[in-house]
Amino acid sequence: MKMTGAQMMLDGLVKEGVEVTFGIQGGKVIPLFDTMPQFPQIHHVLTRHEQGAAHAAEGYARATGKVGVCIATSGPGATNLVTGIADAFLDSVPMVAITGQVNRPDIGKDAFQEVDITGITLPITKHNYLVLDTPSMPRIVREAFYLARTGRPGPVLIDVPGDVFMEETEFHYPKEFDLPSYKPTLRGHPAQINKAAKVINDARQPVILAGRGVIVSGAYAELKELAEKAQIPVITTLLGISAIPESHVLSYGWLGMHGMVHANMATDAADTIIAIGMRFDDRATAKVSAFNTRARIVHIDIDPAEIGKNIKVDVPIVGDVKTVLTQLNKVVETSQHIDWISQLDEWRRTHPSLNIRDSESVLPQYVVRQIYEATKGEATIVTGVGQHQMWAAQYYHYDHPNSLITSGGLGTMGFGLPAAIGAQVGRPEAIVWCLDGDGSFQMTIQELATIQQERLPLKIAIFNNGFLGMVRQWQELFFGKRYVATPLSGPDFVKVAEAYGIPGTMAKRREDVIPAIEQALSEPGPFLIDFRIEPEENVYPMVKLGGSLVELLEGEDVKKGVVKS
Amino acid sequence: MTGNKHTLVALVEDRPGVLNRMASLCRRRGFNIESIAVGHSETPRLSRMTIVVDGTNAMIEQLRKQLDKLVVTMKVSDITSDNIVVRELALIKVKANSETRSEIIQIVDIFRADIVDVAEESVTVEVTGDEDKIDSLLSLLRGFGIKELSRTGRIAMTRGGTSLLGEDKDKTGGRRQKKAAS
Repeated sequence: MKMTGAQMMLDGLVKEGVEVTFGIQGGKVIPLFDTMPQFPQIHHVLTRHEQGAAHAAEGYARATGKVGVCIATSGPGATNLVTGIADAFLDSVPMVAITGQVNRPDIGKDAFQEVDITGITLPITKHNYLVLDTPSMPRIVREAFYLARTGRPGPVLIDVPGDVFMEETEFHYPKEFDLPSYKPTLRGHPAQINKAAKVINDARQPVILAGRGVIVSGAYAELKELAEKAQIPVITTLLGISAIPESHVLSYGWLGMHGMVHANMATDAADTIIAIGMRFDDRATAKVSAFNTRARIVHIDIDPAEIGKNIKVDVPIVGDVKTVLTQLNKVVETSQHIDWISQLDEWRRTHPSLNIRDSESVLPQYVVRQIYEATKGEATIVTGVGQHQMWAAQYYHYDHPNSLITSGGLGTMGFGLPAAIGAQVGRPEAIVWCLDGDGSFQMTIQELATIQQERLPLKIAIFNNGFLGMVRQWQELFFGKRYVATPLSGPDFVKVAEAYGIPGTMAKRREDVIPAIEQALSEPGPFLIDFRIEPEENVYPMVKLGGSLVELLEGEDVKKGVVKS
Repeated sequence: MTGNKHTLVALVEDRPGVLNRMASLCRRRGFNIESIAVGHSETPRLSRMTIVVDGTNAMIEQLRKQLDKLVVTMKVSDITSDNIVVRELALIKVKANSETRSEIIQIVDIFRADIVDVAEESVTVEVTGDEDKIDSLLSLLRGFGIKELSRTGRIAMTRGGTSLLGEDKDKTGGRRQKKAAS
C-alpha cells in the first residue's frame, strides 16, 4: 500500500489513540492539515498562538495522562512552541510536538521560515527527530509516542519537511520497534526495597514527600497504604498536590517556598524522609545546603539521574513509583508515631498558615476558598503563574486525584488559560476553573477566541491586582518597595470577554464574590470573573531570601511588624 | 571547578547528531570537555566515545547518569578508577635541519616514536602513548621548534576480559534492564 508522509503521520496518531490535536496552520503543514479530513477520528483545536497550542496539549496531557499533541509550522510556528515544550520537559508531561520544516533540498540554506528546531529543542526534549526518509515516518511516530509516555514522561518533537508530508511511498506499519538503548527500570531492586523498609521500620519521626511522580504513576492507593500502614505524615510538593486527599488524616499540606509552616518544620525535623517521585527542586527544598542534614533519606524515582542530583540520599530506589510502592508495602511493618504526629498537629495549631483575615475588600484567599465551597471541591483547578497560583494551591482543598494543573518547574506565566482549554477538552464533563493573574492572563489572552470557537464551558477567575504581583511582593520585601515595571494598567477584562462572546462580571467588594461565583456556575457556557483583589496582598508563608525551609515569613509576623521593608 | 580528570567511555548509536547531543549535554550541565574521541566500536551501528572531563566524583556521576539517559546512548561508564589502558596519538611537525635532525631522531627513538615524514626543514613525528609520554616528548622537542601539533585526545579500555556492555556496575539498581520494547 502507498501513502503520503502526511497520511502516515495521521495514521500513526490514530493508532496511538490520539483523539485531539492542538495547533496552528502554516505553509509547511498545509499538506498535513489537508489530509486531516481523511482521519475524522482526530479533532483539531485551532489555537490563536502556538504557545497556546503547546500549553493546551500539556493541559490535556496533565488532565488525562495521555500524550498531548501539538502542531505548528516551520520557523516562527516551531519557535513559538518552545516555551510549552520546555514547560512539559521540566514537569515531565507526555507530549508529542509536530513541526513542519522546509523541503529537504532547502534545509541548511536559510530558506523562508527555516529554523533548526531539532537543534533548538535539543536540551528541552526527551528526544527529537527530523524525518528525512518518508518510509521511516510510521516507526518514528511509534517511537515518539512510546518515549513520550513511558519511563519519566516528557516531550518528543518530530520535525517533518513539507516534501516528506507530500511524498507518496510504500507504507509498512512496524509491528515491533527496537530502542535498544532505552529501557526504563520499573521494578525496584529487591535489596534496595529491603534496605528502605528497614529505614522506614526504624524511623521515629518520618515524613513522606510525595511529588508528581505519584500522580504520573497513578500510585494513589499505594501511597495511602504506605502512609497508613507505617503511620507516616504525607507532605507533597507543589506538583504533588492531590497525590493524597488533603482531607486525609495523614495529609499535612505541601512544603517549600510558599508551603505550610508545619510542613516545612516537619520536613526539617524529620529523622527519616521518604521522597517519592519528586526531585528536590530548589523551590521545595529552599536552601539546599541547609536541607535536613540529619535525616536518613529514601528516594524513589524512575529517573536514575535524579538520584543524588541535588540532595545526597541514603537509600535510592530506581523504578516506577506504583511498582516500587507495591513492593515496599509488602515489607514495611505496621507502626505508630503518635508523638510525632501530635508534634505536627501542634505546629499546625501554633503556626496557622491558611487563616483568612476579615476584610471588606476582595481578598484573594477568600476568593479561592469560596470557589472551593461553591464547587464542593469537585473542580479541576488550572492556574497561571504568580501570586494567584500560590493562593490557588494553598486555599483550595484538593481531595480528588490530579485536580490541580499548574506549571511548576518552568513557572510559565500564560500557562493558565491554554492549559485550562486542554484540561477541559480532556475532561469534557468536569468543571474546570482557570485561576489566573491579570499579568499571567494577558500573556495568552487571545485564547479566549479558542474557548468560544470550541464552545468550552470554562470558568475563568482573574485575580486582578494591577501588578505583576509576585515580583511586586519581592520588590516590597527585598527591593525597598521600589515598584519598577510591575504596575499594570490592564484592560477591562469583562469587556474583553464580551468582545470574544463570553459573558462575565466584576467583583469589587467582598459581598460580590459569592454571587459572581454562583453566576459563573449557573452559566452553561464559559464565564469570566474579574476579581479586583486587594492590590498589595502578599503570599505567606514565605521562605526568606536564601533561607532554609524554616526561615520563614509568616502572615502573623507581617501584622506584628516583624517584617520591615 | 575542583576535582580530577575523569575518563568516561560511552557506547552510542552511530547516527547523525549523536555527538552534538553528547557535547551539548556536557555544556548545558556546566562541564568542560578536555578531550573527546569517537570511532567505531566492536558492534556494528554503535560508536565508542571516550570523553575526558574534570570534576568531583559526585559531579561526574551526575554527568554519567545524564548522558546515560539520552535515548541514543547504550551505556556510559566512568572507568577512571579501573585498571585501564590509556592511549593517545600525536603528530608533531618539528623544525629540523642537517645539524639537528640526528638529535631529533635519537630522541624519537628513545620514545619509540616514528618519523613519518621528512622534509628539508622539518620532520614529522608520530607518537602513541599516554598523555604523560606525549607531554614529555613534546617538552624535549619544543626546543627545536614545533611547527604544527595534532593530538587525538584520549581513548581508553579496561584491562582483563570484561567488555563495556558485559559488565554491570551500578549498585543502586539504576542500570537499565535488558528487555525488548513492545
